[in-house]
Amino acid sequence: MVTRGFTGRQYGSEPSDRIPPGQHLVDNFPVLTAGPTPRIEPADWTFTLKVGPRPVKAWSWSEFNALPRTKMTRDIHCVTSWSKLNTAWEGVAVDDILADACLGAPTPFALAHCYDGYSTNVPLADLAMGKAMVALKYEGQPLPRDHGGPARLLVPHLYFWKSAKWVNGLQFTERDEAGFWELRGYHMYGDPWNEQRYTND
Amino acid sequence: MTEAIAATARWQSCAIVAVATRTPAIKSFFLRLSEPFDYTAGQHVDVRLTAPNGYTAMRSYSIASTPSDSKVIELAIERLPDGEVSSFFHDVAQAGDTIELRGPLGGHFLWPGPSNKPVLLIGAGSGVVPLMAMIRYRKASGEPVPVALLLSSRTWGDVLFRDELLELERSLSDLVLALALTREPAMRRTDFSGRIDDRMVADVAGRLPVPPGCAFVCGSNAFVDIAADAALALGLEAGAIKTERYGA
Repeated sequence: MVTRGFTGRQYGSEPSDRIPPGQHLVDNFPVLTAGPTPRIEPADWTFTLKVGPRPVKAWSWSEFNALPRTKMTRDIHCVTSWSKLNTAWEGVAVDDILADACLGAPTPFALAHCYDGYSTNVPLADLAMGKAMVALKYEGQPLPRDHGGPARLLVPHLYFWKSAKWVNGLQFTERDEAGFWELRGYHMYGDPWNEQRYTND
Repeated sequence: MTEAIAATARWQSCAIVAVATRTPAIKSFFLRLSEPFDYTAGQHVDVRLTAPNGYTAMRSYSIASTPSDSKVIELAIERLPDGEVSSFFHDVAQAGDTIELRGPLGGHFLWPGPSNKPVLLIGAGSGVVPLMAMIRYRKASGEPVPVALLLSSRTWGDVLFRDELLELERSLSDLVLALALTREPAMRRTDFSGRIDDRMVADVAGRLPVPPGCAFVCGSNAFVDIAADAALALGLEAGAIKTERYGA
């Protein structure tokens, strides 16, 4: 349905093939958080890998920072309709976390858990093979607290609520178990190119 | 929750039945739902505009009206610099136009339902919109829940829903209202001049009969960080403080 009198912003030379349907570009980096911004000191930080209820391995901040580093520059897409191009991240690939714990492909699904009680589900296939990392730096600087510092999950090809801030663990699960927003009406998978915003999209 | 949202979140065409100028930067749009839905105070809708070439723009707007209203919902939309959707609403949209929306959406920033614990609301600018839905719901439902609203605005003329809030303060004995004006002196003895801080939040919470059981905070990210920290300083658990933020 065409909206009377609406022509929309003219994107000009911008690469519209990199903007998923219903999204618009921003230059800033909006912050969306469902509660107060947590304060986590690196000295108190740990990251725990679990298979089901069983902890497999835990890393302190210094141990985690000693793992192999990966850099990624990616476009990111928030379900609230903003997209940001060419964001530069550095962190530890999920592949390298699994390798350090001597785990191959534990189960087909995972839940990311966070210091603020947040969680989100992502299939293993979207975490492994270089697709995702636990990010420690943004644009060359330590990750700001507002953006999830000291560490956040980065799954850039899915809507950005999957890139959980203040992450403190990954739990591998046999079934695809809904996380915080997935229990509150948002899509289980969240592919921006298929506009999987809400449950039945 | 999930099923209720999934069942109703289809796109629908809605006629704009009225437009009201609320402040120099904010207009309210009253939309008649073609497929009426129930909603909870605090929820939002997604609005979609489509250009003749097929380009679409989508934005989320909180619902300002109380869920007990008719098939008409109110969205209060602030004009943003370079806002392609907000400038359409301010410069083009008029009564009789049809736009597409889907809702209700959002399963977190929700009026808590029957409880006797007071609710603390802290908003800035157009961030009062979902909080206004809660206050209007509180009024319409008659639930005996004390509510305090601390609302930051630039000037007296920028206070969204000002006259209605002042009237509600007179008619609801358990509504506490405090306005914080950042660019003008306070207009009333119970108001503030300046940016929100811990002291202001503690002062307003202290006007409730007992400490609040939960807090809702809505505004720019910088504002929400300050207000949410102030709510933590009251002794509220982080999980009892729900926030909605916009901007970087």
